[in-house]
Amino acid sequence: MSEFRMPSLGADMDVGTLVEWMKHPGDHVTRGDAIAAVETQKGVIEIEVFETGILDDIRVQVGQRVPVGTVLAVIRTGNEAPAAQTVAEKPAAAARPTPPVAPVAAAVSSVTPAGAKITPAARRRALELHLDLLALRAGADGVIGLREVEASRAAPAATASRPPGAAAKPGIDMSEMRKAIAAAMAKSWREIPHYFVSSTIDVEPMLAWLERENARRSMPERLHYAALLIKATALALKAVPVLNGHRVNDVFAPSSQVHLGIAIAMRGGGLIAPAILDADTLDLADVMTHLDDLVVRVRGGRLRSSEMTAATATFSNLGEDTADTLQPVIYPPQVAIVGCGRIVERAWAEHAVLSTRRTMVVTVGGDHRVSDGRAAARFLGHLNELLQHPERL
Amino acid sequence: MNDADLERQVRAALYSVAPDLESEPLDPDRRYRDQFEFDSMDFLHFATELHRLTGIDIPESDYRRVETLKGAVAYLKEKRIAKGGGDA
Repeated sequence: MSEFRMPSLGADMDVGTLVEWMKHPGDHVTRGDAIAAVETQKGVIEIEVFETGILDDIRVQVGQRVPVGTVLAVIRTGNEAPAAQTVAEKPAAAARPTPPVAPVAAAVSSVTPAGAKITPAARRRALELHLDLLALRAGADGVIGLREVEASRAAPAATASRPPGAAAKPGIDMSEMRKAIAAAMAKSWREIPHYFVSSTIDVEPMLAWLERENARRSMPERLHYAALLIKATALALKAVPVLNGHRVNDVFAPSSQVHLGIAIAMRGGGLIAPAILDADTLDLADVMTHLDDLVVRVRGGRLRSSEMTAATATFSNLGEDTADTLQPVIYPPQVAIVGCGRIVERAWAEHAVLSTRRTMVVTVGGDHRVSDGRAAARFLGHLNELLQHPERL
Repeated sequence: MNDADLERQVRAALYSVAPDLESEPLDPDRRYRDQFEFDSMDFLHFATELHRLTGIDIPESDYRRVETLKGAVAYLKEKRIAKGGGDA
C-alpha cells in the first residue's frame, strides 16, 4: 500500500488544486504514469506515480485545493487486499492535515468535467468568456478545444452554473506566476551565496557547422543552436560534478545523471524550467526533439511532475535580439545555473590575428556553499572545448 | 491559389505555433518577433509548419524572407511560380 501525495513541484509551491483524475479507482497504474493533473501557480502539471499497482482509493476530489504532502490517493501494490479506510497517515500528512472539503468557487469554475481534456487555448478562451468549464462538452475526440468553447458560448446553459462574483481565473494567472517566481528567487537570493563567472566563447565553429548541417537536413530535422548548447552544457556539467546536483538539508548530493532544466519563457510573461532528463546521453536530434516538445508544452500544453522536479542544474539562453550577458539566479535546490547571452559578432584576436567572430558570453551562477569560482571556470573551459568541435556532440 | 489563400496558410502556421495570437491584430509588415513574444524556437516551429502545409522547402538562408506576414506570402507565391504550381 502506498500513499500518493500532492508533490512539491518546485521550491515555490506549497498548495495545489487537483483539476483532473486521469486514472480511476480500480485502474492499474505503472510507475511513471501521469495519474492526475494539478493546477499550480505555474499552470497545470501532470503528476506521476512512483509505484506500480492498483489505484485503490481517491482521497481528494477534483476542485479541491490542498497543501503539499496531502494524501491524494492510495495505491495498492503487490497482492494486498483493497484498502480499508483505516490506513494510518504518516506523520508528514498528520502534521499538515487535509483541510475540510471546501472547494472555492474559482477552483470549481476552472476545472473540467472528469476525464475531459481541455486545450490551453480553449481553457484561456473559456475563462475569458466567463464560461464554467464544468459545463463544457468535449468534442468527439474527448477533448475540449476552441471549437467546443465557441459552440457552448451560444448555449446559455454554459454560464448558468457559474457562481456569481467568482473571479475569472485564467489557466495561468500572471500575478500568481510572478508570485511563484518571486518566492523561489527571493529564497535563492536570501540563502545562496552566489558567485558569477563568465567567459566569452567563440561560437563561430558551432554556427558554421550548424549552417552546413541544416542545409542538408530536411526542415523537420533541422537543429536550433540551443540544442548544441544544451548538449555541450550537459557534457561539461558531467565533467564538473560540484555544479550538478541538489543541496538539501545543508548537504550537497552530486548527481551522476545530468537532468538539465531549460528556462523557457511563457508568452505573456513568466518563466518555467522543466528538465530534459539525461541530457548528456542524448544525441543532438533527441535533444532537439525534447526541446521542441518542452517549448510546445510550456506554451500550450502540460508539463509532468518529473520534469518539474528532476533538474540537477539549469540552462538559460537569452536568445536573439536580447542582451549581451545574463547573470542567472540559481533555482534551489540546485547549485548552479548557466546563462547564455545573445550571439554577437565581435572583434576577435587569436594567434596574433584579428578577425570577426560570432561570440557568446556564457555566465555560470554558482553556490559558494558547494563550489568556488574555479569550478565554474573549469566548466566554462570544457564548454568552450566542446563547442569548438560541434561535430563530436 | 491567390494571395488570400496563401495568407491563410501563413496564418495557420503561425497560429499552430502560437494559438494565443489568433485573435490578435497582425501587422503584415512587421516581423512576428517584433510584434509578439515570438522567439527563434517559435520561428523554427513556424517555418517547419509552413513547410508541412505548403510542401515548399525553405532553406535556412531564406528564413529572413518569411519573418513577416507580407514577406511570407510573397515568398510562397514566388516559390509556387518557380515550381510551376502558381496560377498568378
